[in-house]
Amino acid sequence: MSNREPLFSAKNRRLLTTPLGKENPITIQVLGICSALAVTVKLEPAFVMTISVIAVLAIGNVLISLLRKTIAPRIRIIVQLVVIASLVILVDQVLKAFVYDVSKQLSVFVGLIITNCIIMGRFEAFAMSNKPWPSFLDGVGNAAGYGIILIIVAFFRELLGSGSIWGYQVVPEVFYDWGYKDNGLMILPPGALIVIGIIIWVQRSRDKSLVEEN
Amino acid sequence: MENLISIFVKSIFVDNMIFAYFLGMCSYLAVSKTVKTSVGLGVAVIFVLGITVPVDYLLNKYLLVPGALSWLSPELADVDLSFLSFIMFIAVIASMVQLVEMVIEKFSPALYSSLGIFLPLIAVNCAILGGSLFMQERDYANIAEATSFGLGSGVGWFLAIVGIAAIREKIRYSNVPAPLRGLGITFIITGLMGIAFMSFMGIKL
Repeated sequence: MSNREPLFSAKNRRLLTTPLGKENPITIQVLGICSALAVTVKLEPAFVMTISVIAVLAIGNVLISLLRKTIAPRIRIIVQLVVIASLVILVDQVLKAFVYDVSKQLSVFVGLIITNCIIMGRFEAFAMSNKPWPSFLDGVGNAAGYGIILIIVAFFRELLGSGSIWGYQVVPEVFYDWGYKDNGLMILPPGALIVIGIIIWVQRSRDKSLVEEN
Repeated sequence: MENLISIFVKSIFVDNMIFAYFLGMCSYLAVSKTVKTSVGLGVAVIFVLGITVPVDYLLNKYLLVPGALSWLSPELADVDLSFLSFIMFIAVIASMVQLVEMVIEKFSPALYSSLGIFLPLIAVNCAILGGSLFMQERDYANIAEATSFGLGSGVGWFLAIVGIAAIREKIRYSNVPAPLRGLGITFIITGLMGIAFMSFMGIKL
Protein backbone atom coordinates (compact mmCIF):
# COMPACT_ATOMS: atom_id res chain seq x y z
CA MET A 1 0.00 0.00 0.00
CA SER A 2 2.55 2.54 -1.09
CA ASN A 3 0.05 4.94 -2.59
CA ARG A 4 -1.79 5.36 0.68
CA GLU A 5 -2.22 8.84 1.96
CA PRO A 6 -0.04 9.57 4.99
CA LEU A 7 -2.08 9.90 8.17
CA PHE A 8 -1.28 13.57 8.56
CA SER A 9 -1.19 14.72 4.94
CA ALA A 10 -1.72 18.39 4.21
CA LYS A 11 -5.36 17.72 3.41
CA ASN A 12 -5.96 15.94 6.68
CA ARG A 13 -4.16 18.61 8.65
CA ARG A 14 -6.43 21.17 7.08
CA LEU A 15 -9.47 19.24 8.29
CA LEU A 16 -8.13 19.70 11.76
CA THR A 17 -7.17 23.36 11.57
CA THR A 18 -9.72 25.22 9.44
CA PRO A 19 -12.53 24.74 11.97
CA LEU A 20 -10.38 26.55 14.52
CA GLY A 21 -10.51 29.79 12.57
CA LYS A 22 -11.95 30.28 9.12
CA GLU A 23 -14.67 27.66 9.38
CA ASN A 24 -15.31 27.98 13.07
CA PRO A 25 -18.53 26.15 13.95
CA ILE A 26 -19.79 28.88 16.26
CA THR A 27 -18.78 32.17 14.71
CA ILE A 28 -18.99 31.20 11.03
CA GLN A 29 -21.16 28.12 10.60
CA VAL A 30 -23.53 29.22 13.43
CA LEU A 31 -23.84 25.73 14.88
CA GLY A 32 -24.13 24.76 18.50
CA ILE A 33 -24.76 28.19 19.93
CA CYS A 34 -27.11 27.11 22.71
CA SER A 35 -24.63 25.31 24.88
CA ALA A 36 -21.85 27.72 24.01
CA LEU A 37 -23.75 30.43 25.80
CA ALA A 38 -25.19 28.55 28.69
CA VAL A 39 -22.15 26.79 30.13
CA THR A 40 -19.68 29.64 29.92
CA VAL A 41 -20.22 31.44 33.22
CA LYS A 42 -17.15 29.70 34.65
CA LEU A 43 -14.09 28.24 32.97
CA GLU A 44 -14.34 24.80 34.51
CA PRO A 45 -17.76 23.73 33.18
CA ALA A 46 -16.84 25.19 29.79
CA PHE A 47 -13.74 23.02 29.74
CA VAL A 48 -15.63 19.88 30.75
CA MET A 49 -18.24 20.63 28.09
CA THR A 50 -15.50 21.01 25.48
CA ILE A 51 -14.00 17.64 26.36
CA SER A 52 -17.44 16.01 26.25
CA VAL A 53 -18.26 17.46 22.85
CA ILE A 54 -14.85 16.44 21.46
CA ALA A 55 -15.44 12.88 22.67
CA VAL A 56 -18.99 12.65 21.32
CA LEU A 57 -18.24 14.28 17.99
CA ALA A 58 -15.02 12.37 17.27
CA ILE A 59 -16.43 8.96 18.19
CA GLY A 60 -19.78 9.71 16.59
CA ASN A 61 -18.17 10.83 13.34
CA VAL A 62 -16.16 7.61 13.18
CA LEU A 63 -19.22 5.45 13.89
CA ILE A 64 -21.39 7.21 11.34
CA SER A 65 -18.58 7.03 8.81
CA LEU A 66 -18.24 3.28 9.37
CA LEU A 67 -22.00 2.85 9.03
CA ARG A 68 -22.40 5.24 6.12
CA LYS A 69 -22.85 2.56 3.47
CA THR A 70 -25.50 0.67 5.44
CA ILE A 71 -27.70 3.58 6.54
CA ALA A 72 -30.74 4.03 4.32
CA PRO A 73 -31.16 7.74 3.54
CA ARG A 74 -34.77 7.85 4.73
CA ILE A 75 -33.98 6.78 8.26
CA ARG A 76 -30.63 8.43 8.64
CA ILE A 77 -31.81 11.12 11.07
CA ILE A 78 -33.11 8.51 13.49
CA VAL A 79 -29.93 6.43 13.19
CA GLN A 80 -27.82 9.51 13.81
CA LEU A 81 -29.91 10.49 16.81
CA VAL A 82 -29.57 7.01 18.29
CA VAL A 83 -25.80 7.05 17.87
CA ILE A 84 -25.52 10.50 19.44
CA ALA A 85 -27.92 9.71 22.25
CA SER A 86 -26.05 6.55 23.23
CA LEU A 87 -22.72 8.38 23.27
CA VAL A 88 -24.20 11.22 25.29
CA ILE A 89 -25.60 8.78 27.83
CA LEU A 90 -22.09 7.36 28.24
CA VAL A 91 -20.59 10.81 28.67
CA ASP A 92 -23.29 11.76 31.14
CA GLN A 93 -22.69 8.66 33.26
CA VAL A 94 -18.92 9.24 33.22
CA LEU A 95 -19.36 12.86 34.30
CA LYS A 96 -21.75 11.85 37.07
CA ALA A 97 -19.24 9.30 38.30
CA PHE A 98 -16.08 11.41 38.23
CA VAL A 99 -16.96 15.11 38.33
CA TYR A 100 -20.35 15.17 40.00
CA ASP A 101 -20.26 18.89 40.90
CA VAL A 102 -19.60 19.97 37.35
CA SER A 103 -22.23 17.58 36.06
CA LYS A 104 -24.76 19.24 38.39
CA GLN A 105 -23.73 22.67 37.14
CA LEU A 106 -24.09 21.65 33.52
CA SER A 107 -27.59 20.34 34.38
CA VAL A 108 -29.60 19.69 31.24
CA PHE A 109 -26.87 20.88 28.92
CA VAL A 110 -25.07 17.55 28.84
CA GLY A 111 -28.29 16.03 27.52
CA LEU A 112 -28.59 18.83 25.07
CA ILE A 113 -25.37 17.74 23.35
CA ILE A 114 -27.80 15.39 21.57
CA THR A 115 -29.45 18.28 19.82
CA ASN A 116 -26.27 20.29 19.50
CA CYS A 117 -26.41 21.16 15.84
CA ILE A 118 -22.63 20.84 15.44
CA ILE A 119 -22.92 17.11 15.84
CA MET A 120 -25.81 16.54 13.45
CA GLY A 121 -24.31 19.10 11.11
CA ARG A 122 -20.94 17.35 10.90
CA PHE A 123 -22.56 13.91 10.55
CA GLU A 124 -24.59 15.16 7.63
CA ALA A 125 -21.95 17.30 6.00
CA PHE A 126 -18.89 15.16 6.50
CA ALA A 127 -19.12 11.74 8.09
CA MET A 128 -21.87 10.49 5.75
CA SER A 129 -19.55 10.86 2.77
CA ASN A 130 -16.02 10.32 4.06
CA LYS A 131 -13.76 7.60 5.42
CA PRO A 132 -13.38 7.05 9.17
CA TRP A 133 -9.95 8.64 9.65
CA PRO A 134 -10.73 11.99 7.97
CA SER A 135 -14.06 11.95 9.78
CA PHE A 136 -12.27 11.51 13.07
CA LEU A 137 -10.02 14.49 12.31
CA ASP A 138 -12.97 16.55 11.18
CA GLY A 139 -14.79 15.68 14.40
CA VAL A 140 -11.85 16.61 16.61
CA GLY A 141 -11.21 19.80 14.64
CA ASN A 142 -14.78 21.04 14.74
CA ALA A 143 -15.27 20.19 18.38
CA ALA A 144 -12.01 21.94 19.20
CA GLY A 145 -13.07 25.01 17.22
CA TYR A 146 -16.25 25.00 19.25
CA GLY A 147 -14.25 24.53 22.43
CA ILE A 148 -11.91 27.42 21.72
CA ILE A 149 -14.80 29.86 21.52
CA LEU A 150 -16.33 28.32 24.63
CA ILE A 151 -13.12 28.78 26.56
CA ILE A 152 -12.52 32.33 25.33
CA VAL A 153 -16.05 33.32 26.29
CA ALA A 154 -15.79 31.59 29.65
CA PHE A 155 -12.42 33.21 30.34
CA PHE A 156 -13.77 36.73 29.86
CA ARG A 157 -17.05 36.04 31.62
CA GLU A 158 -15.35 34.58 34.65
CA LEU A 159 -12.63 37.23 34.75
CA LEU A 160 -14.98 40.20 34.39
CA GLY A 161 -17.98 38.66 36.12
CA SER A 162 -16.43 37.09 39.20
CA GLY A 163 -12.85 38.37 39.12
CA SER A 164 -11.46 34.84 39.10
CA ILE A 165 -10.03 32.28 36.67
CA TRP A 166 -10.72 28.60 37.14
CA GLY A 167 -12.10 29.44 40.59
CA TYR A 168 -8.94 31.25 41.73
CA GLN A 169 -9.25 34.91 42.61
CA VAL A 170 -7.07 36.94 40.23
CA VAL A 171 -8.37 40.45 40.75
CA PRO A 172 -6.52 41.52 43.92
CA GLU A 173 -8.51 42.49 47.02
CA VAL A 174 -7.11 46.03 46.98
CA PHE A 175 -8.89 46.71 43.71
CA TYR A 176 -12.17 46.04 45.45
CA ASP A 177 -11.13 48.35 48.28
CA TRP A 178 -10.45 51.05 45.72
CA GLY A 179 -13.97 50.66 44.44
CA TYR A 180 -13.59 48.12 41.60
CA LYS A 181 -16.75 46.09 41.12
CA ASP A 182 -17.30 42.83 39.28
CA ASN A 183 -19.50 43.30 36.25
CA GLY A 184 -22.72 41.55 37.18
CA LEU A 185 -23.97 41.58 33.60
CA MET A 186 -21.26 39.10 32.60
CA ILE A 187 -22.67 36.38 34.82
CA LEU A 188 -26.15 36.85 33.42
CA PRO A 189 -27.26 35.33 30.10
CA PRO A 190 -27.12 38.56 28.03
CA GLY A 191 -23.42 38.92 28.90
CA ALA A 192 -22.61 35.77 26.93
CA LEU A 193 -24.46 37.00 23.85
CA ILE A 194 -22.62 40.29 23.90
CA VAL A 195 -19.21 38.63 24.38
CA ILE A 196 -19.84 36.32 21.41
CA GLY A 197 -21.02 39.31 19.36
CA ILE A 198 -17.73 41.03 20.13
CA ILE A 199 -15.68 37.92 19.28
CA ILE A 200 -17.42 37.77 15.91
CA TRP A 201 -16.71 41.45 15.42
CA VAL A 202 -13.00 41.03 16.18
CA GLN A 203 -12.66 37.94 13.99
CA ARG A 204 -14.40 39.52 11.02
CA SER A 205 -12.55 42.80 11.18
CA ARG A 206 -9.27 40.86 11.08
CA ASP A 207 -10.41 38.77 8.12
CA LYS A 208 -12.46 40.89 5.73
CA SER A 209 -13.44 37.94 3.56
CA LEU A 210 -15.81 36.77 6.31
CA VAL A 211 -17.88 39.95 6.33
CA GLU A 212 -21.53 39.29 5.47
CA GLU A 213 -23.52 41.15 2.88
CA ASN A 214 -26.27 43.13 4.50
CA MET B 1 -55.84 26.87 38.11
CA GLU B 2 -53.92 29.90 39.36
CA ASN B 3 -50.90 27.69 39.61
CA LEU B 4 -51.23 26.75 35.96
CA ILE B 5 -51.46 30.37 34.85
CA SER B 6 -48.47 31.22 36.97
CA ILE B 7 -46.36 28.46 35.38
CA PHE B 8 -47.54 29.56 31.96
CA VAL B 9 -46.62 33.22 32.45
CA LYS B 10 -43.39 32.34 34.19
CA SER B 11 -42.23 30.12 31.36
CA ILE B 12 -43.00 32.81 28.79
CA PHE B 13 -41.30 35.74 30.44
CA VAL B 14 -39.05 34.78 33.33
CA ASP B 15 -37.68 31.44 32.14
CA ASN B 16 -37.76 32.39 28.49
CA MET B 17 -36.19 29.63 26.43
CA ILE B 18 -34.06 32.02 24.39
CA PHE B 19 -33.18 34.82 26.73
CA ALA B 20 -32.66 32.84 29.90
CA TYR B 21 -31.42 29.48 28.61
CA PHE B 22 -30.36 30.06 25.00
CA LEU B 23 -32.26 27.03 23.80
CA GLY B 24 -33.08 26.76 20.14
CA MET B 25 -30.57 29.46 19.26
CA CYS B 26 -29.48 27.77 16.03
CA SER B 27 -32.81 27.99 14.29
CA TYR B 28 -33.49 31.28 16.05
CA LEU B 29 -30.46 32.79 14.34
CA ALA B 30 -30.89 31.01 11.03
CA VAL B 31 -34.59 31.54 10.40
CA SER B 32 -35.12 35.04 11.79
CA LYS B 33 -34.42 36.96 8.60
CA THR B 34 -38.08 37.72 7.85
CA VAL B 35 -41.10 37.98 10.13
CA LYS B 36 -43.22 35.71 7.98
CA THR B 37 -41.05 32.63 8.16
CA SER B 38 -40.28 33.17 11.80
CA VAL B 39 -44.00 33.22 12.61
CA GLY B 40 -44.31 29.85 10.86
CA LEU B 41 -41.45 28.31 12.79
CA GLY B 42 -42.66 29.84 16.05
CA VAL B 43 -46.12 28.33 15.65
CA ALA B 44 -44.62 24.94 14.86
CA VAL B 45 -42.47 25.11 17.99
CA ILE B 46 -45.45 25.98 20.20
CA PHE B 47 -47.30 23.08 18.67
CA VAL B 48 -44.56 20.51 19.13
CA LEU B 49 -43.59 21.65 22.63
CA GLY B 50 -47.23 21.56 23.69
CA ILE B 51 -47.42 17.93 22.61
CA THR B 52 -44.01 16.49 23.47
CA VAL B 53 -43.68 17.87 27.00
CA PRO B 54 -46.84 16.17 28.32
CA VAL B 55 -46.03 12.94 26.45
CA ASP B 56 -42.54 12.90 27.89
CA TYR B 57 -44.02 13.71 31.27
CA LEU B 58 -46.13 10.55 31.16
CA LEU B 59 -43.18 8.55 29.90
CA ASN B 60 -40.99 9.86 32.68
CA LYS B 61 -43.59 9.25 35.36
CA TYR B 62 -44.69 5.76 34.35
CA LEU B 63 -41.51 4.35 32.88
CA LEU B 64 -38.32 6.08 33.83
CA VAL B 65 -38.11 7.50 37.36
CA PRO B 66 -37.05 5.15 40.16
CA GLY B 67 -40.06 3.09 41.20
CA ALA B 68 -42.06 4.14 38.17
CA LEU B 69 -42.58 0.58 37.02
CA SER B 70 -44.43 -0.42 40.18
CA TRP B 71 -47.72 -0.20 38.29
CA LEU B 72 -46.59 -3.26 36.32
CA SER B 73 -45.69 -5.42 39.26
CA PRO B 74 -44.42 -4.69 42.78
CA GLU B 75 -41.15 -6.51 42.11
CA LEU B 76 -40.14 -3.84 39.63
CA ALA B 77 -40.51 -1.08 42.22
CA ASP B 78 -36.79 -0.45 42.60
CA VAL B 79 -35.86 -0.42 38.94
CA ASP B 80 -34.32 2.90 37.93
CA LEU B 81 -34.37 3.53 34.21
CA SER B 82 -33.71 7.25 34.38
CA PHE B 83 -30.38 6.89 32.55
CA LEU B 84 -32.42 6.03 29.47
CA SER B 85 -34.29 9.32 29.51
CA PHE B 86 -32.21 11.05 26.80
CA ILE B 87 -32.76 8.34 24.27
CA MET B 88 -36.45 7.92 25.12
CA PHE B 89 -37.14 11.64 24.96
CA ILE B 90 -35.38 12.12 21.66
CA ALA B 91 -37.21 9.13 20.20
CA VAL B 92 -40.55 10.55 21.34
CA ILE B 93 -39.67 13.94 19.91
CA ALA B 94 -38.56 12.55 16.57
CA SER B 95 -41.66 10.40 16.21
CA MET B 96 -44.01 13.14 17.47
CA VAL B 97 -42.61 15.57 14.94
CA GLN B 98 -43.20 13.00 12.23
CA LEU B 99 -46.74 12.43 13.49
CA VAL B 100 -47.53 16.12 13.76
CA GLU B 101 -46.22 16.56 10.25
CA MET B 102 -48.54 13.87 8.90
CA VAL B 103 -51.57 15.20 10.79
CA ILE B 104 -51.01 18.74 9.60
CA GLU B 105 -50.49 17.55 6.05
CA LYS B 106 -53.81 15.69 6.16
CA PHE B 107 -56.00 18.26 7.85
CA SER B 108 -54.48 21.60 6.96
CA PRO B 109 -52.47 21.53 3.74
CA ALA B 110 -52.25 25.34 3.80
CA LEU B 111 -50.50 25.37 7.18
CA TYR B 112 -48.37 22.44 6.05
CA SER B 113 -47.06 24.22 3.00
CA SER B 114 -46.38 27.39 4.98
CA LEU B 115 -44.41 25.50 7.65
CA GLY B 116 -42.62 23.59 4.94
CA ILE B 117 -39.16 22.47 5.87
CA PHE B 118 -39.34 23.80 9.41
CA LEU B 119 -41.32 20.92 10.84
CA PRO B 120 -38.70 18.21 10.38
CA LEU B 121 -36.02 20.64 11.54
CA ILE B 122 -37.79 21.01 14.84
CA ALA B 123 -36.74 17.50 15.84
CA VAL B 124 -33.23 18.80 16.37
CA ASN B 125 -34.24 22.12 17.88
CA CYS B 126 -32.72 22.15 21.35
CA ALA B 127 -35.68 24.05 22.74
CA ILE B 128 -37.83 20.94 22.35
CA LEU B 129 -35.50 18.49 24.07
CA GLY B 130 -34.63 21.21 26.56
CA GLY B 131 -38.32 21.59 27.40
CA SER B 132 -38.57 17.89 28.22
CA LEU B 133 -35.36 17.88 30.23
CA PHE B 134 -36.37 20.94 32.25
CA MET B 135 -39.74 19.33 32.86
CA GLN B 136 -37.91 16.30 34.25
CA GLU B 137 -35.55 18.39 36.34
CA ARG B 138 -38.25 20.64 37.81
CA ASP B 139 -40.49 17.75 38.68
CA TYR B 140 -43.92 19.13 37.85
CA ALA B 141 -46.73 17.77 39.97
CA ASN B 142 -49.19 16.70 37.29
CA ILE B 143 -49.70 16.58 33.57
CA ALA B 144 -51.64 19.85 33.46
CA GLU B 145 -48.68 21.71 34.92
CA ALA B 146 -46.32 20.05 32.47
CA THR B 147 -48.56 20.98 29.54
CA SER B 148 -48.83 24.58 30.63
CA PHE B 149 -45.04 24.70 30.97
CA GLY B 150 -44.63 23.27 27.49
CA LEU B 151 -47.07 25.69 25.88
CA GLY B 152 -45.65 28.64 27.80
CA SER B 153 -42.09 27.86 26.71
CA GLY B 154 -43.29 27.59 23.13
CA VAL B 155 -45.03 30.97 23.31
CA GLY B 156 -41.92 32.53 24.83
CA TRP B 157 -39.80 31.17 22.00
CA PHE B 158 -42.36 32.42 19.46
CA LEU B 159 -42.26 35.94 20.92
CA ALA B 160 -38.48 35.98 20.89
CA ILE B 161 -38.06 34.88 17.28
CA VAL B 162 -40.79 37.17 15.95
CA GLY B 163 -39.27 40.08 17.88
CA ILE B 164 -35.76 39.56 16.55
CA ALA B 165 -37.05 39.02 13.01
CA ALA B 166 -38.89 42.33 13.12
CA ILE B 167 -35.75 44.09 14.36
CA ARG B 168 -33.57 42.43 11.72
CA GLU B 169 -35.93 43.52 8.97
CA LYS B 170 -35.54 47.13 10.09
CA ILE B 171 -31.83 47.02 10.82
CA ARG B 172 -31.11 46.29 7.18
CA TYR B 173 -31.60 50.00 6.59
CA SER B 174 -29.17 51.15 9.24
CA ASN B 175 -25.47 51.69 9.06
CA VAL B 176 -24.00 48.76 10.97
CA PRO B 177 -20.17 48.48 11.01
CA ALA B 178 -19.28 45.99 8.27
CA PRO B 179 -17.71 43.23 10.42
CA LEU B 180 -20.73 43.26 12.73
CA ARG B 181 -23.29 42.87 9.97
CA GLY B 182 -25.51 39.83 10.03
CA LEU B 183 -24.55 37.47 12.80
CA GLY B 184 -22.63 39.82 15.06
CA ILE B 185 -25.27 42.47 15.44
CA THR B 186 -27.94 39.80 15.89
CA PHE B 187 -26.08 38.44 18.90
CA ILE B 188 -25.75 41.87 20.44
CA ILE B 189 -29.41 42.74 19.85
CA THR B 190 -30.41 39.43 21.39
CA GLY B 191 -28.30 40.33 24.39
CA LEU B 192 -30.04 43.68 24.70
CA MET B 193 -33.45 42.01 24.36
CA GLY B 194 -32.36 39.60 27.05
CA ILE B 195 -31.59 42.52 29.36
CA ALA B 196 -35.06 43.87 28.69
CA PHE B 197 -36.61 40.50 29.47
CA MET B 198 -34.70 40.40 32.75
CA SER B 199 -37.00 43.08 34.05
CA PHE B 200 -39.65 40.36 34.34
CA MET B 201 -37.51 38.54 36.87
CA GLY B 202 -39.04 38.18 40.27
CA ILE B 203 -42.60 38.47 39.01
CA LYS B 204 -44.85 36.44 41.27
CA LEU B 205 -48.39 35.56 40.36
